[in-house]
Amino acid sequence: MSVFWLTLAVFLIALLGTFAGYRRAFSVVAGDVRKLHSLPKYYGSFVGFTVLIPSLLMLILWLVVPPLEQVSTQFRMFLVLGLAVLLMVLAISRITPDFRARNAVELVVLGLLIAAASLAILTTIGIVLSMLFETRNFFGLYSWKDFFFGLKWAPNFRGDSELSILPLLWGTIYISLIALLVSVPIGLFAAIYLSEYAGPKTRGVAKPLLEILAGIPTIVYGLFALLTVGPLLLRTFGSGGLLGVDWMTGATAVLTAGLVMGIMLIPFVSSLSDDIINAVPQAMRDGSLGLGATKSETIRQVVIPAALPGIIGAILLAASRAIGETMIVVLGAGALAKFSLDPLEAMTTITTRIVSQLTGDGDFASPETLVAFALGLTLFVLTLGLNVIALYIVRTYREQYE
Amino acid sequence: MSNTLNNSLLTLDARTKKRNAAETRFRVYGIAAIGAGLAMLILLLLTIFGNGLGAFQQTFVTLNVPLLEEKLDKNSTRNLEKIKKVSTFGYAPLLKQAMEDTLAENGIETDLKSKKQAALLSKSAAAQLRNYVLANPDMIGATVEFTFLANARVDGYLKDRVTRESIADDKNINAAQLDLVDALLAAEVIEQRFNLSFITGADASDQRPEAAGMGVSMLGSFFMMLVVLALALPIGVAASIYLEEFAPKNWITDIIEVNISNLAAVPSIVFGILGLAVFINSMHLPQSAPLVGGLVLTLMTLPTIIISTRASLKSVPPSIRDAALGVGASKMQSVFHHVLPLAAPGILTGTIIGLAQALGETAPLLLIGMIGFIASNAPDSVASGFLDPNSAMPAQIYEWAKRADPAFYERAWGGIIILLVFLITMNTIAVILRRRFERRW
Repeated sequence: MSVFWLTLAVFLIALLGTFAGYRRAFSVVAGDVRKLHSLPKYYGSFVGFTVLIPSLLMLILWLVVPPLEQVSTQFRMFLVLGLAVLLMVLAISRITPDFRARNAVELVVLGLLIAAASLAILTTIGIVLSMLFETRNFFGLYSWKDFFFGLKWAPNFRGDSELSILPLLWGTIYISLIALLVSVPIGLFAAIYLSEYAGPKTRGVAKPLLEILAGIPTIVYGLFALLTVGPLLLRTFGSGGLLGVDWMTGATAVLTAGLVMGIMLIPFVSSLSDDIINAVPQAMRDGSLGLGATKSETIRQVVIPAALPGIIGAILLAASRAIGETMIVVLGAGALAKFSLDPLEAMTTITTRIVSQLTGDGDFASPETLVAFALGLTLFVLTLGLNVIALYIVRTYREQYE
Repeated sequence: MSNTLNNSLLTLDARTKKRNAAETRFRVYGIAAIGAGLAMLILLLLTIFGNGLGAFQQTFVTLNVPLLEEKLDKNSTRNLEKIKKVSTFGYAPLLKQAMEDTLAENGIETDLKSKKQAALLSKSAAAQLRNYVLANPDMIGATVEFTFLANARVDGYLKDRVTRESIADDKNINAAQLDLVDALLAAEVIEQRFNLSFITGADASDQRPEAAGMGVSMLGSFFMMLVVLALALPIGVAASIYLEEFAPKNWITDIIEVNISNLAAVPSIVFGILGLAVFINSMHLPQSAPLVGGLVLTLMTLPTIIISTRASLKSVPPSIRDAALGVGASKMQSVFHHVLPLAAPGILTGTIIGLAQALGETAPLLLIGMIGFIASNAPDSVASGFLDPNSAMPAQIYEWAKRADPAFYERAWGGIIILLVFLITMNTIAVILRRRFERRW
């Protein structure tokens, strides 16, 4: 019996048990429901849960624990189905008028709720463990000093790859920096205008429109970088271009990816800053205006300084988004790992190298593939650190005015 | 000082003028920033639609093809096994013949060899012909009218992507062939039509951009979304109910809460690494399968769904809970019978937005092998829909963006239009749900 049919059979037995428990509850009190502790349906669900949960757990155990895989599926079928039927009989026999079925069922449901909430923790543990394990393997094959402090990224299949994170980190930071240079001024000024100057009508139109930019999938931005912005920059800065200079040789460049990522982050910065500026108490504005300051002076000298911690938090969140962004840099940034200050050159980032190292045909024992896990872990720690700091700043800031 | 005192209140002094000018400047910066953002949006949409709408139009060639008996069924047995032995290669002469006939019929003269003439057709034309003959062996000997896809270069010529200058070093087409296209266009043998197979069809190999479609990858996305919906909604709602209604305030709950808000900001590619390490390398689930993609996207969307579900649970006033408890409901009953139904519209809205986010996500799919795979066959059963390798819409777009032939770029933009239509529909439904059912307490 395949796993699918076995699962189905367990569910069927549980359903049968539910119905039998429901009937049994009626029959133990000869139809007088008032004598039962709980409603009849709780007796039914009690039987159902008693059958379902242990049987399914056993099935999952069977699939996960490797030594059990050798045991014949025939035996597995008998064991699981036998357990289900046994539990059904046991559960039905426990039904008496005094049995507190509702309490039992609610306890089980609470357990399920807790299990669901723990899944978030499990995901994090899964992320950390899966990467940690492979990273340890990687550092067994490759010196961690060279990884963190080497200066060259040059993977090859001859076995003398140089896999240092520093050039990738530089590319990542450089591109993120350009993205922030684009998105922070535009996003911040947009937020200031929307929250301080714009009437409800303008706000009602402009804010959702700007937020469309946030809902567009990153693959679209990637394509926009590769096929539109890149060629546009090339036609401006490339040889025979509009400016008559020859600074750019290919469409993929730091500036290409940075500009497009900046566009993507505009709504992110603006909606976060908007919330934060709105949280500044009106009394502070009124005080400043009452002393004769103009609106812009109030904003510059009162509102913004008051909102500054929150805005810095928002910028940090945007920076963490930029560092972890993948599709735009995969399509728009190029593949050259180097230290350079020229924004018109192709450069590569941590995320692009993760993709390229893991999508090749490499086997999972070579340092060239395993390095992706070390890169992933670094990226995870980096973004997590930024997020924790940013969320902390934003939270303390909020409390300040509550 | 005396200077300012002497001035009338009705005329502005230099300092006030300066301050007012600064005020105006500041305002203009704000408007400029919003204008820049909106201009980017417009530019992006114009680029998408300008480049992508072409994918929905395709060039077709209508030919009368003589299904010559001596080529297809030499012994006139109509034995299907024998007919199957003729490969697509054997059908090429028929296409050449059909092309020559058509030219003669329309009085078009050309110096091109018949092979070059037939090269105007898509490379899939022979296969299309063969499939037809295998399905209708009785038609051998007759002359049948076919509508073939034109070659991507011809299609590009009609869409102004290919010009006589741009094909100077192109091996696939030359200027004489374009002259022939012009003549055939005038004779209405070649025409542009709406291309349904772009929406419903399968991906095609590198050589045939004209035949590539989104249909199969849409199915892949559909099955992934089923997995996400079936897992993320119940788990997300259960987790939110626990955290919002039952969890005691202690450090464990705090950790879970901080954890969820941080998970929401973890780069999506990290979830891809998790999926690769756990689902594929440890659990040996099939690579490229929508099931695995769905599991990864579930983990990714869970925080989004939990955050929005908690917000809508929080918005149900405590009096509802107190009233239920007051008439003897248990805590669990008050939540499931009263709070949850009232929070349902908000939960649904959050779920739809989470699904939309998952639908457009690409990076984790790259790592679990949903690219580099040519989704040429639709899954033939529900189980294979979940378990057989497939692509997904954003992965398919990425795949096309990477190919060398610019004809695929048009496909990629067209694919984006389809993806955006889905996203806009989902978000509109979410907005309508919110407007229609939201209750302010």
